[in-house]
Amino acid sequence: MRASWLRWVIPAAVVPVLMLLAYGFKTNPREIPSPLLDRPAAAFTVTTFAGSPLSLESLRGKVVMLNFWASWCRPACYEEAPALERTWREYKDKGVVVVGIDIQDREEAARTFLAEFGHSFPNAPDPAGRIAVDYGVYGVPETFFIDRKGRVRFKQVGALTDELARQRLDTLLKEPS
Amino acid sequence: MIPELGYGATVAALALALWGAVATAGAARTGRADLLRSGERAAVGIWVLITACIALMLYAFLTFDFSVRYVAFNTNRGTPFYYRITALWGALEGSIVLWSWLLSIYALIVVVQYRRRQPELYPWVLSVMLGTLAFFLLVMTIPAPPFERLSPIPPDGRGLNPLLEDSGMITHPVALYLGFTGFTVPFAFAVAALIVKRTGEEWITITRRWTIIAWYFLSLGLLIGGWWSYHVLGWGGYWAWDPVENAAFMPWLTATAFLHSVMIQERRHMLKLWNLGLIFLTFGLTLFGTFLTRSGIIGSVHSFTQGSIGVFFLAFLALVLLGSFSLLASRVDRLRAEGVLDSVVSRESMFLLNNLFLVAAAFTVFFGTVFPLLSEAVRGVKVSVGAPFFNLVNIPIFLALLFLMGVGPLIAWRRASAENLKRNFLKPVLAGVVAAAILRGLGVGNALVLTAMALVVFVAGTISLDLFRAVRTRRRNGNGWAAATFGLLLRQNRRYGGFIVHLGILVIALGVAGSQAWSVQTEVTLQKGQTVDLAGYHVRFDGLDATEESNHAKVTGTFTLSNGRRGETVLLPGRKFYPQEQTPIAAVDYRLGLLEDVYLVLGDFSRDGSQATVKLQVNRMVSWLWIGGLVLTLGAALAILPEARRPA
Amino acid sequence: MIRGLAGVLATLVLLTGAAAAVPVDEKTVHDVAAQLRCVVCQSLSVADSPSETANQMRGIIRERLAAGESPAEVRAYFVEKYGEWILLAPPKSGFNLLVWVVPFAGLGLGLVLVAIVLRRWSRNTPSGAPAGVDPALRERIRREMAEKDSP
Repeated sequence: MRASWLRWVIPAAVVPVLMLLAYGFKTNPREIPSPLLDRPAAAFTVTTFAGSPLSLESLRGKVVMLNFWASWCRPACYEEAPALERTWREYKDKGVVVVGIDIQDREEAARTFLAEFGHSFPNAPDPAGRIAVDYGVYGVPETFFIDRKGRVRFKQVGALTDELARQRLDTLLKEPS
Repeated sequence: MIPELGYGATVAALALALWGAVATAGAARTGRADLLRSGERAAVGIWVLITACIALMLYAFLTFDFSVRYVAFNTNRGTPFYYRITALWGALEGSIVLWSWLLSIYALIVVVQYRRRQPELYPWVLSVMLGTLAFFLLVMTIPAPPFERLSPIPPDGRGLNPLLEDSGMITHPVALYLGFTGFTVPFAFAVAALIVKRTGEEWITITRRWTIIAWYFLSLGLLIGGWWSYHVLGWGGYWAWDPVENAAFMPWLTATAFLHSVMIQERRHMLKLWNLGLIFLTFGLTLFGTFLTRSGIIGSVHSFTQGSIGVFFLAFLALVLLGSFSLLASRVDRLRAEGVLDSVVSRESMFLLNNLFLVAAAFTVFFGTVFPLLSEAVRGVKVSVGAPFFNLVNIPIFLALLFLMGVGPLIAWRRASAENLKRNFLKPVLAGVVAAAILRGLGVGNALVLTAMALVVFVAGTISLDLFRAVRTRRRNGNGWAAATFGLLLRQNRRYGGFIVHLGILVIALGVAGSQAWSVQTEVTLQKGQTVDLAGYHVRFDGLDATEESNHAKVTGTFTLSNGRRGETVLLPGRKFYPQEQTPIAAVDYRLGLLEDVYLVLGDFSRDGSQATVKLQVNRMVSWLWIGGLVLTLGAALAILPEARRPA
Repeated sequence: MIRGLAGVLATLVLLTGAAAAVPVDEKTVHDVAAQLRCVVCQSLSVADSPSETANQMRGIIRERLAAGESPAEVRAYFVEKYGEWILLAPPKSGFNLLVWVVPFAGLGLGLVLVAIVLRRWSRNTPSGAPAGVDPALRERIRREMAEKDSP
């Protein structure tokens, strides 16, 4: 009564669904691509833990490595902290500034964290989360690499390593301001 | 010792399952009874071996044997006793063990029940079940072995996910898995029936109780999941359209459709092709749900780990779907409908609409769940599909299903006359309209809520009317009301069991409608001694306490709740700080009531305990969801009772 | 009366004092928050989530609404920072229209199929059973008669 090929429609229809699911293996649902790349970095003004004011504007012309962290962020923030300090020491005379922003944290715990790793680069709290949202932060740690013209160029989700930082900074340092 | 013993038992069980599946298939083709017996013995052996695995694992948990990786990752020396037992299914590997164990029990029951009664179908049924067991045992052997050795042995374990230290999480997986694995049996019978070309109603009649029991446990699992979400997660809701909630909801929807459409095949010999397809789809969706939770392709509350396990599940899912639907396609000619319909206004068409809406809902949930993946594949852009979408599409469907629930059981088969319609539906429709009018008068403005309430009253009206008439007729024999009702329920237990299940769904629908429409909340920061008011409740912040539990630190706020009528209650919401977790876990406190729950979540607090931020919710009608679950239980129990015997 | 008047005056003073401040309706904050996805939870909205991040996001929503932005502008801000993913349901445009349309189209298609099936069933040769007594009613009569006869 019906064309005999029609009966195979259902088994055949299953195939594209299976293929879509297989494609899912290549994706990572927790990684969200940032829409901020190659766009101007959002301006901010903060007061560091040391008490001095700091604005992103004032750093124009330098390469900025903006790192978001928290004292409760284990183990990743603890893993990358020494690398951050090392990178800062290596690059601070080459026109790079490392800035740390502490989110959703208690002051005491934050200062303990900073003391533990002896961070000598400026760190500031973001009490209302405005800066975090301005940079589309959805977890810690996240690090943004901002070029001399003030544009966000790279974003690193998860702990940063020395090599990765070096790679990014060297690329940006070669560019003119 | 334990890792090696456990691994050995797993491999042995896998070998038995593979042999058993092949032997029983061989017995089916050749009729050799010795092969069949061998397959049955394999089934028994598998159950023994998996039980041994569980015993070994429990022993490892109870003796803090951290040489077993699974034990070290899921408990620590501070984990309380009963959670050390339930940690067995608290993570990926253990959950597969639980699934396999339940499936092996079901296989044994099949052996005992059907070896004499269904000689033609039984060998194929057993083969399919052993084949499925073989797959899960394969997963236990290669991608997700529970008995991996950890070396060097750590001094202490990592600890159970704190969200799982809760009574809901003890029972939720067990109920859910009893449901999921339960559908393997009707699936196996459907495959067997197609292979031996016995495509009549037989396989449906045999598996009727299995379907109801599996459906019931799946419903229970979903409700317990909702209860867990409500009282643990701290947001005051019970359903978030999370991908894994959806993954369990889809097979529930298609199983509900299946439960109903088999009735048409039983009475009218129609929808044969459809029913087979529906049970294949349901079983496939149970596998899909497991795949979703374990493959990591969609982020969710439940996502376990990644690794290669997703590939295994996808491959098996492909085998099951392509295999069963191809088998169906090849036997299509034997599946012609035999019945006749006289009118579109008939029970047959109501059942068809019921199936349409349920399958449409399942499709909607499926499409919404995989759409983010599709979007990424096609556009490279990630999107989210959440509650606003699912609610928009599914609410009208559920309202339509409510309506059908009232009409379906009472409308006549084949052709409903005007007389039949008037007799059964006039009063309930009037009751529904009146109820809506009263609510409107009381100030309820939301059209959706009014419609839902009117429909609930309508359906309750149809059920009550039918029950009343039937009992009244029965009473003519001289019985009292109670005896007549009881007798009727037992005599026609299938029909009235179904009615009571419908009542349970009504109660749940009431709970959902009421809680969505009438719940209120507020968030406020209080100094010690300050109060906040909401919906007639008065909440005062009295102070904070810090305590040390066996495996976490806890800060508890003391709040005094009063509303004049019920006196004062002290509520103790807290925040639990587990060393292995990055952020604190909320410990909600609540006072449950029939009509409304008061719900407190502790937010930020100052170190000296002088102030605290608290979220206060008055959630209305939520208890009706759990009450509905109880009613569901009664209805399902009644429906599966053995049929009352007729006198000779 | 005087107290009420004073209250109104005080409110006016407050309003004019804060230059561009718009009084923010908590319901609007809740509505906007309900459309945004909480970034640290799975599938919960910013309105529902008990997490600290959601708390802060609600604060930012409130701030922006108070500064005079419309709900659409607040939503657009979050999309600008996080991408389309931050919206709990995709905007009804472009490729995303698919997710909004397909379920309803499927339902429509299903209704058509049901209609076709019902027509086909009606067209099968009728079995010639006498019209009049409804089969379900007949079944019930039979059953009740059988019960009447049982002891």
